[in-house]
Amino acid sequence: MSVDTRLADSSSSEHLLTQTLLDIRNVHKAFGATKALNGANFELRRGEIHALAGENGAGKSTLMKVIDGIHQPDSGDIFVKSNKVTIQGAIQAQRLGIGFVHQEIALCPDVSVAENINMAWINQSKKWFINYRQLREKAQQALAELAPEIDVNQAVKTLSISQQQLVEIAKALILDCDILILDEPTAALTDAESQVLFVIMKKLRDRGIGIIYISHRMAEVFEHCDRITVLRDGSHISTQEVANTSAEQVVRNMVGRELGDLYPNKCELPIEQQEVLLSVKALSNNKQFFDINFSLHRGEILGVAGLMGAGRSEMVKGICALQPITQGQLTLSNGQHVSFKSYRDSIEQGIVYLSEDRKENGVFLDLSIAKNVSALAVEQITTNIGTIDNQKELQQAQRLTDQLTLKSGGMSQPVSSLSGGNQQKVAIAKMLSVTPSVIIMDEPTRGIDVGAKVEIHRLIRNLANEGVGVIVISSELPEVIGLCDRVLVMHEGHNQGILHANELTEERILQLASGIKKEQLSA
Amino acid sequence: MANSDTNTAPLNVQPTAASGSIFKRFIKMREANLIVIILALFIVMSFASPYFLTWANMKAMMLSFSTEGIVVVGMTVLIIVGGIDLSVGAVMCLAMVIAGKLFLMGMNPWLASLISIGCSGLLGLAMGLCVTKIRLHTFIVSLAMMGIARGLAMTITQGTPLSLFTLPPEFKFIGQGTVMGVPFVIVIFFIIVIISDYLLRHHAALRKVYYTGSNEAAAQYSGINIDKIKVGAIILCTTFAGLAGIIYMSKFGAATPNFGVGLELNIIAAAVIGGASLKGGEGSVLGAILGIALLSVVSSSLILLDVSPYWQDLIKGLILLVAVSIDQILHDKQK
Repeated sequence: MSVDTRLADSSSSEHLLTQTLLDIRNVHKAFGATKALNGANFELRRGEIHALAGENGAGKSTLMKVIDGIHQPDSGDIFVKSNKVTIQGAIQAQRLGIGFVHQEIALCPDVSVAENINMAWINQSKKWFINYRQLREKAQQALAELAPEIDVNQAVKTLSISQQQLVEIAKALILDCDILILDEPTAALTDAESQVLFVIMKKLRDRGIGIIYISHRMAEVFEHCDRITVLRDGSHISTQEVANTSAEQVVRNMVGRELGDLYPNKCELPIEQQEVLLSVKALSNNKQFFDINFSLHRGEILGVAGLMGAGRSEMVKGICALQPITQGQLTLSNGQHVSFKSYRDSIEQGIVYLSEDRKENGVFLDLSIAKNVSALAVEQITTNIGTIDNQKELQQAQRLTDQLTLKSGGMSQPVSSLSGGNQQKVAIAKMLSVTPSVIIMDEPTRGIDVGAKVEIHRLIRNLANEGVGVIVISSELPEVIGLCDRVLVMHEGHNQGILHANELTEERILQLASGIKKEQLSA
Repeated sequence: MANSDTNTAPLNVQPTAASGSIFKRFIKMREANLIVIILALFIVMSFASPYFLTWANMKAMMLSFSTEGIVVVGMTVLIIVGGIDLSVGAVMCLAMVIAGKLFLMGMNPWLASLISIGCSGLLGLAMGLCVTKIRLHTFIVSLAMMGIARGLAMTITQGTPLSLFTLPPEFKFIGQGTVMGVPFVIVIFFIIVIISDYLLRHHAALRKVYYTGSNEAAAQYSGINIDKIKVGAIILCTTFAGLAGIIYMSKFGAATPNFGVGLELNIIAAAVIGGASLKGGEGSVLGAILGIALLSVVSSSLILLDVSPYWQDLIKGLILLVAVSIDQILHDKQK
């Protein structure tokens, strides 16, 4: 009996696979002199997860905006289910069955889940009044499979980021879309939450929906996608079955040349015999982290891993007084015990923090590179009478950004015009302006494309080699394993143990992160 | 495992119209546009009216905006930090009334003025604490303060103007005297503007005003005490309003409890026309002063052209709308 159904299933799914949902042929789009799309092709079939890869600026977003009707192509054809279409805007895209889950969550935080899910639907309906019961029922239906635990009457702001992402997906599905675009859906999720999303993606695929999946994370693409299309400089480079290619091949296609090793060499000296730069004892705020102990050594990159909500960011912010602590002792390399009243004190003792949200609080987007770099210590570039020495400011910015090989059109260029990777370099240059001994980096490569990521990793290693102690928080396990000398794993605010370079595996980190003690680890 | 340094990773550098020649940079500056517009108005008006380009008219125009201009300086700093102050008109009036009342009670006028400017600063401190400790928006706090200050002025005077003709001549000199034919008020105004424009562009502490206004969170993550900056900016704004009140008192030889009603709107408009962004992080003293100069030149022109005074507010409203629209459109184009 089981054999029969399976046969029937596979034959029907095979039939489904042959239908092309979306076919984009030779699309061109220019903005002024910049050719954003220069002969882009893309084909999406029913019931597949199709990854779209390319560096920032390769044309992925422009292509998606063409599909969503935000941009009109200069030339080229779009076919939806074999019909040639011109898509004039989001509403028309919705009518054609295209659902778009944007990278940034675009929900109304104070409004209920039900109303959010039905937003587009309410907009399209011609009725004068809203039937709230019907709204709730529709929302419940849409969430039934994705996340039945979410109460549709809740305000969206009470949900976690991952739940909000699911609400976004439900919002797209409620319009009966069969083409679903997911733009970096896992960027804000922890690995565990991502796994839940992948299960759902597969369910949707089995329902016959075609999913366009955009991600910088190669591991995810190779584990969960069926085909992968690579764009470079707005042109179509390759479309392959994931099974027939490798991450190296894809990255090569994306950047157009070899990248060398993905991660720099690790520290060769015995870490724990190096001088201790910072020792943390019994640090806690009695809410998000408890009794944290560790020491950071000269030349070390110490990773901090854990699930979202494990208290990682809160803990490191506690160290440098960006968050209050209730208890804890910090000791510096000279044996001096310190307690910081404000982040300013921490900066003065050479401990700086690079925030996880670059655009939100890492850089001043509207200000120039020079002004960004000097923000941490304006006093350093002043003359005797307290005014800013513009020459000194420019020189400082030039020196530090050169050190980080930042490419820019000059130090007075606003940071908003730089790419994500270069913005991050500006943020790091700002940290370096006070010649810190300890740099804490919270998700230093989030939202940065592959090439720039490799560069940031090298840069972090160079800093360590110069004698700085670096603490790196990352939700990307391959990065934690590839980059760090030791990794501290947190679970619900507690330090579960520190893994050494030779002990680092994804499995071990995940086990510790989910609450298993180090002593109980499977070998 | 060789660390291949020969492969430098790719970088996305987006070309921008960087610095360029000095002339190009001048054209891009908001101040430059305003200067051009004001000059154009001057040329047109000098043909349209024989009285426009006379020393008397120039003096009248400058007099009309120099005292308000002092308040504009403080307001600009506050707007750059991302705040706004609706109470400046009322605080200015209260400063005038307090100083006048103390003088009538027999106090030395200089000391009375100093005390009343100090009181203005204290009102700013109170507002600043509401903004940073209770986390209220400056709009609401200053709206409340507008009522409180005006109410205090009314209570102190019981609604009737205080006549201060007994003020000593050296005190009256502030508002009425001239230095080599130039009204002293204009001299004070220029000194304050030049110093504050320079400091705002170059002083380290005032640079933090831009950081805080541009991105509060990023400023905090740069170790800047943003609460201190905000409170400081509000105090600066009300203190300058107090100073303006004293100058008016000396000029009129009276303290009127309903003086300066609606003044705040003119001042905010001037700062915004001058390029200050209500989102914070942008603006300059020079721009704001050119903004108020433009409004004043327009007013004067309309009077000389015999346009009904009823049209004046409408035209000023349109200028504000056009100025901010141009700004927004240019901003969107850059992106």
